[in-house]
Amino acid sequence: MIGSISRRGLLKGAAALTLAAGPMAAGMAQASATPVRGGHLRAGISGGHTGDSFDPITFSDLFMTILGAGAVYSRLTEVDASGKVVGALAESWEASTDATVWTFNLRKGVEFHNGKLFTAEDVIASVNHHRGEDSKSPIKQIVDPIQLMTAPDPHTVVFTLDSGNADFAFLLFDYHLCMMPADAIGQGIGTGGYVVESFEPGVRAVAKRNPNYFRGDERAHFDSIELINFSDVAARTNALLSGGVDFINQVDLKTLKRMKRAPGIVINEQPGTRHYMFQMICTQNPFADNHVRMAMKYGVDRQAMLDKVLYGHGQLGNDHPISPANRYFDANLAQRAYDPDKAKFHLKQAGLDNLAVELATSDGAFDGAVDMAVLYRDSMAPIGIDVTVDRVPGDGYWSEVWRKRPFCASYSSGRATEDWILSSSYLSGVPWNATQWSNEAFDKLLIAARTELDEAKRSEMYGEMQRLISDDGGVIAPIFANHVEAHSDKLAHGEVGTVSEMDSGLMIERWWFT
Amino acid sequence: MNPAARLIIQRLLLGVLTLLVVSMLIFAAVEFLPGDLAEATLGQEATEETVAAIRRKLGLDRPPVERYFVWLGNLFQGELGVSYANGRDIVEVMGTRAQNTLFLAGMVAIIATPLAVGLGIIAALYRNSYLDRFINLVSLSAISIPEFLIAYLLIVTLSRSGMFPSFVVIDETTSLISRIYQSILPALALTVVVSAHMMRMTRASIINVLASAYVEMAHIKGAPKPAVVVRHALPNALAPIINVIAINLAWLVVGVVVVEVIFVYPGLGQLMVDSVGKRDIPVVQACSLFFASVYIILNLLADIGATLSNPRLRHGR
Amino acid sequence: METLRFARSVPISAWFGFIVILGYIFVALFAPFIAPYGEHEIVGDQYMLWGADHLLGTDNLGRDMLSRILFGARNTIGIALAATVLTFVIGVFLGLLAATMGGIVDQVLSRIVDVMMAIPLFIAALLLLTIVGTSVFNMIAIIAILESTRVYRIARAVARDIVVLDFIEAARLRGERLSYLLVSEILPNITAPLAAEFGLRFCFVFLLIAALSFLGLGIQPPTADWGSMVRENATLITFGDITPLLPAMAIGLLTVAVNFVVDWMLHRASGMQD
Repeated sequence: MIGSISRRGLLKGAAALTLAAGPMAAGMAQASATPVRGGHLRAGISGGHTGDSFDPITFSDLFMTILGAGAVYSRLTEVDASGKVVGALAESWEASTDATVWTFNLRKGVEFHNGKLFTAEDVIASVNHHRGEDSKSPIKQIVDPIQLMTAPDPHTVVFTLDSGNADFAFLLFDYHLCMMPADAIGQGIGTGGYVVESFEPGVRAVAKRNPNYFRGDERAHFDSIELINFSDVAARTNALLSGGVDFINQVDLKTLKRMKRAPGIVINEQPGTRHYMFQMICTQNPFADNHVRMAMKYGVDRQAMLDKVLYGHGQLGNDHPISPANRYFDANLAQRAYDPDKAKFHLKQAGLDNLAVELATSDGAFDGAVDMAVLYRDSMAPIGIDVTVDRVPGDGYWSEVWRKRPFCASYSSGRATEDWILSSSYLSGVPWNATQWSNEAFDKLLIAARTELDEAKRSEMYGEMQRLISDDGGVIAPIFANHVEAHSDKLAHGEVGTVSEMDSGLMIERWWFT
Repeated sequence: MNPAARLIIQRLLLGVLTLLVVSMLIFAAVEFLPGDLAEATLGQEATEETVAAIRRKLGLDRPPVERYFVWLGNLFQGELGVSYANGRDIVEVMGTRAQNTLFLAGMVAIIATPLAVGLGIIAALYRNSYLDRFINLVSLSAISIPEFLIAYLLIVTLSRSGMFPSFVVIDETTSLISRIYQSILPALALTVVVSAHMMRMTRASIINVLASAYVEMAHIKGAPKPAVVVRHALPNALAPIINVIAINLAWLVVGVVVVEVIFVYPGLGQLMVDSVGKRDIPVVQACSLFFASVYIILNLLADIGATLSNPRLRHGR
Repeated sequence: METLRFARSVPISAWFGFIVILGYIFVALFAPFIAPYGEHEIVGDQYMLWGADHLLGTDNLGRDMLSRILFGARNTIGIALAATVLTFVIGVFLGLLAATMGGIVDQVLSRIVDVMMAIPLFIAALLLLTIVGTSVFNMIAIIAILESTRVYRIARAVARDIVVLDFIEAARLRGERLSYLLVSEILPNITAPLAAEFGLRFCFVFLLIAALSFLGLGIQPPTADWGSMVRENATLITFGDITPLLPAMAIGLLTVAVNFVVDWMLHRASGMQD
């Protein structure tokens, strides 16, 4: 209810080039320092809940992602700071030419926190935890295509997919795919750099360094860590400023400028794929007419939203979900700007002089959803489109309003790969296609691109898909948010990953005290 | 039978009945809320299959009436059940949080009650003096500031200078001294919120009684003013004062969600709001029963206090 | 001559209270004519400092702070006042009824109130508003029903002390009707503590609305109301900016004024002159 919720946010991190130099400079300056072992990290983290647990199926917010997936458990693969997929518990892997059969060679001699040796059996059990008829897992979509898992020997796992997927190794970095002992699933026993000492859901967790960590001294530099859940942003800010914690996530953008001036505080800012949207259901009037949708898109003052909702800490969006931080982002697609004349033109083409629509919004949709709606209402008025802002309770928003009301606010964290976000939310007829948009040309391209191994061709196909969504789709996506964190200058880190918040969720293992 | 003893037994029986009704109402209200645990947990990521799987697992696909009676049956066997969200035992989930909540409420009560009643008596005694006006002005200003703002102001003034920590980190191993030290800021914020109300009611009630004939009489007989207030006015004004104290104490146990959030205090209020959001009915039910019990007991004490303090009520009518 | 003497007998604090309340009513009624800018008009950058163009600066979207405070008066006071008055109508009536009639009526009413009060107010409001929706009418009705339980308790408690007094007994023996007992005998004798309660209850209702606004269950945007204005800008306090204190001070000033007037009435009602 308080603070914002962040879901799965994986993204390819070729993003540094698109970022303004300012925020990166701080991160770069420290990149050269060598890690030092020691110290007790205290971090003030948003997104802890009283219903949290160490079962990865229940991971849905930041606290458990960075504690569970990022410190207690490990995954088969990892995406490094430069955006490359590298091995974690898997040493190496190879794929068949049609990308349907994937063979992973596991590290040998890795021990779980309870002393048990890590083997292929554990991998199969951990993945199976998400599969099956009765699966409660939010990542069914990733594991459903796995037809068969076999273990030819204790250190090899072979996945057979029902259709090719060139991004499969990438998908195994999803934070739900934690590796656990086959006989102790979801109990907080992993192979990660930190062993849980105490855990009070929604309040606090303490963990100390794993002496048998498989990466040795390479990572996990703090002797012990303590995560404290702060749902209130002002409380988080105060805790950092008064020296009670060394690190906070999700900094209040309103006061970021003032925070930067505080002595001993360093801001860490990375571009992200998280985007804010207004979604129009394309099968309902008036949005069934693409001219109406285009009029709605030209009536958005994107710059004003970027300045006022994100206080400038983000990127402009072009009404499709691929961010400048994604691999196949098409920079040639012209940036859509606020254009009342074009909006009026499209409205006229739709046979209308004016239009009245109701926009459902809520602080529960995302932080700033209400402000964004109010700004939209103002920029639409001169066009002759009257937007009534209906603020509804955050409680129950996703089950009652989203996908049900014809026009509502929504957000997505984006996904690590283009195929993932497009297949889950834009393909005709899939459950998360909230706008019920359906486009045959798009569907064909999407399927074909999955197994296209020629980079240039693949890039072109994704470019075309971005154009199709932008010019025909039902989403108005004006802005992408940056990840903004703050820490004391006693903390240091290397180059920061951008797959998701907090150094791709791995800050606990990757950062250190100077 | 002694009227006080009869009152207590009668009230305890009624209390059990009240708890039963409360549990029914809360259960019904949560049922009426849009969405259930499956949808609330998965949020944007809910698909029909996963929602159905969660419902089957937790038995949410069965009719509400049946689920309520299953819950009630378990309760009579002393079983509060487990949280839907993470399967933890509810006694374990609530235990330490309930202690923390009661500890904070107790700390505030110890500071606020004498302070408020004392100030109220002084204000009534010297009503319309500058002292009275000053006490009034301060308490009225305090009560009109939203509690989160009071909390922030306390943090900015008292915590930034390093005097007190801006957030609370306590568990079973924390020593009493450290517990008290860490809880000072949240306790102060809550004291500000409740004292004004108690102080105003004390003052008003005493002034009201002072106007009555027998106090006038005591006055005419030449009893000194403070003595009149303490000996004659206060006992007769006790009923509404005790009532207001009881209401405020009850509020302290349940109404501190905002203060809990800001000071990261692991109490019950946040647990309940969180659980309502997640539609975690067993936890919501358990919290409601706890809050309701606290309320019932406090009120019983208030009523006994009021009865004992008023000679006319003491003997019935 | 009589009026003049009366005017002179009113203490400065009460005068101050009256003037402030009149001022608020004036602002609430004529906000569109006084405010330099529109209620939700974006007129400048975000968080502009105090200056000639924007006397109190601008808010998080660049709307004029002064204008929003002025407009906020009508929305905030209107709803809070309506809810408080309704709270007292329900609470006092039922409280007196229970105290006077006693027996089964008292038992039934008190048990219902016990059940309602045993459910935390904040949680109850949250549940009910989510179920029935958040129109202004629903909000006033739900707040009044929930808050009236508090007033009921106090009304019943003070009235119970009065009911056992001789003059009520005398009136009963005279065979007076219940309505007469309530209105002419008991009500005048319990106005003092109730009046004191009114000023505070108004505050509580007000703060409850602010808390609900914060949860997205209160007044709809972009309508200005003081509660959400405080919340929207609260983090600025951390950095020593007092902007969020302004709407809070607007609330505070009104509370103080209302309670000053209530105090004076209380004083008059008690019939004591110093």
